[in-house]
Amino acid sequence: MYVAVKGGERAIDNAHAWLAEERRGDLGVAELSVAQIREQLALAVNRVMAEGSLFDPDLAALAIKQARGDLIEAIFLIRAYRTTLPRLGASRPVDTAAMAVIRRISATFKDLPGGQVLGPTFDYTHRLLDFKLAAEGAVARAETAPALVAAVPHVMAMLDRDGLIAPEPAGDAVPDDLTRTPMELPASRALRLQAISRGDEGFILSMAYSTQRGYGRTHAFVGELRIGAVAVEMDIPALGFAVEIGEIEVTECETVNQFKGSKTEPAQFTRGYGLVFGQTERKAIAMSLVDRALRWEELGEDNSGAPAQDAEFVLMHADNVQATGFLEHIKLPHYVDFQSELELVRRLRADASASAEAAE
Amino acid sequence: MPPETALPPDQTAARQAWMGLLARAKPARLQALLPDLPPYEVLRAPETGAVMVQGRMGGTGLPFNLGEMTVTRCALKLDAGAVGHAHVQGRDKAHALRAAVIDALMQTEQAAALRASVLVPLQAEEAARRSARASKAAATKVEFFTLVRGEDQ
Repeated sequence: MYVAVKGGERAIDNAHAWLAEERRGDLGVAELSVAQIREQLALAVNRVMAEGSLFDPDLAALAIKQARGDLIEAIFLIRAYRTTLPRLGASRPVDTAAMAVIRRISATFKDLPGGQVLGPTFDYTHRLLDFKLAAEGAVARAETAPALVAAVPHVMAMLDRDGLIAPEPAGDAVPDDLTRTPMELPASRALRLQAISRGDEGFILSMAYSTQRGYGRTHAFVGELRIGAVAVEMDIPALGFAVEIGEIEVTECETVNQFKGSKTEPAQFTRGYGLVFGQTERKAIAMSLVDRALRWEELGEDNSGAPAQDAEFVLMHADNVQATGFLEHIKLPHYVDFQSELELVRRLRADASASAEAAE
Repeated sequence: MPPETALPPDQTAARQAWMGLLARAKPARLQALLPDLPPYEVLRAPETGAVMVQGRMGGTGLPFNLGEMTVTRCALKLDAGAVGHAHVQGRDKAHALRAAVIDALMQTEQAAALRASVLVPLQAEEAARRSARASKAAATKVEFFTLVRGEDQ
């Protein structure tokens, strides 16, 4: 039975007004602008864009401000907003080999064309709190050096050329899109990559970590990690040619994984792939590990029963907007559901005590 | 629908270049470079939507959907007759309008003047911005060297 209950409007309005006041915090402290969030909390903005699945730094910064820094709430706001946008089309696949890299490292080759470029990284910092940041002050300017003019080829292209890594089938098939049709299992690799790229960073990280600890081990090396700007091109039918519609920052990770081979096929390394909006390196590495773990079937491996090999488990639990929606709904009124359970328990207890009395 | 314009290949490449430059430009900067617009008739009012950005598996393989980006598009016709199109990153409708006007003007005899007053400065600023980031990246390139070990001496 469903019983509509009215009331609570005044309480809700007042709660939201108080929320707005708490969001602002102490009026004696200057208010944050959206531009400040975009510029100074850029990695939070990147995470909201990646998991909100919409590249727009200003919107992501606004969502973070509105959500009081609750990133999952901010991601929810972005997801809700994107449903209001008409789909103008699909881009051509971005060319990550032509990326203007600000960071590019390889854990597999020390010397490689283009070199090891650290970029603005937390790596090699001592993770000690810097109390100088608590005081306002000018920032020392970054050092510069003559820009690298040589191309920065993908590390995988070198392995590929020598036949040492399983080739990536090329083509231009239109990929499945989980924002257009609900995800069905078994999911294509295209669908899995889309779901993982927008999946919760914490969940994907834990899944990837579980493979490293032995649950579906794939022996991953980071063949290459690169961060930088790529051009986005789209075909415009009215014009009859493609134009560049903008430039986005992405993080790409390619892993070199355990090889396979047989009496007839020579041994070859295998690939895992991660591509995520923004400077989101932990997520991109984790994505490539989870992608590789989910490929067990197509690579002819055994299913060891590890969670990271279970596409249903990974794909159906990776989305934090779905997860939080279902989780948090249980705090909303369930008065009637609970009343029926309460009555049932009371009746069972009454029956039990009646039969106990009858037995005496 | 057949394409409405059939420019020779070299002119198509030039148009692609300026349309890309205008799409990447900061709206405020574009407005500063061209504050006043000539009269025009809107063919397709500025509309903000999403474009699904695709990536390729392994960087080179089959496409997959990475996520969307906001884009604003618009088409218009100058009173003089030239038709301009724009697809620009973000949600700024004035940006799309201005980019479409410039696209149209670039197809008229005003092209040379506009190139000098708008496109050349935009291009120079973009090149400077890119080169600044590339120079900072270059300064973080690792120069490996090998230490001489005791047993080698």
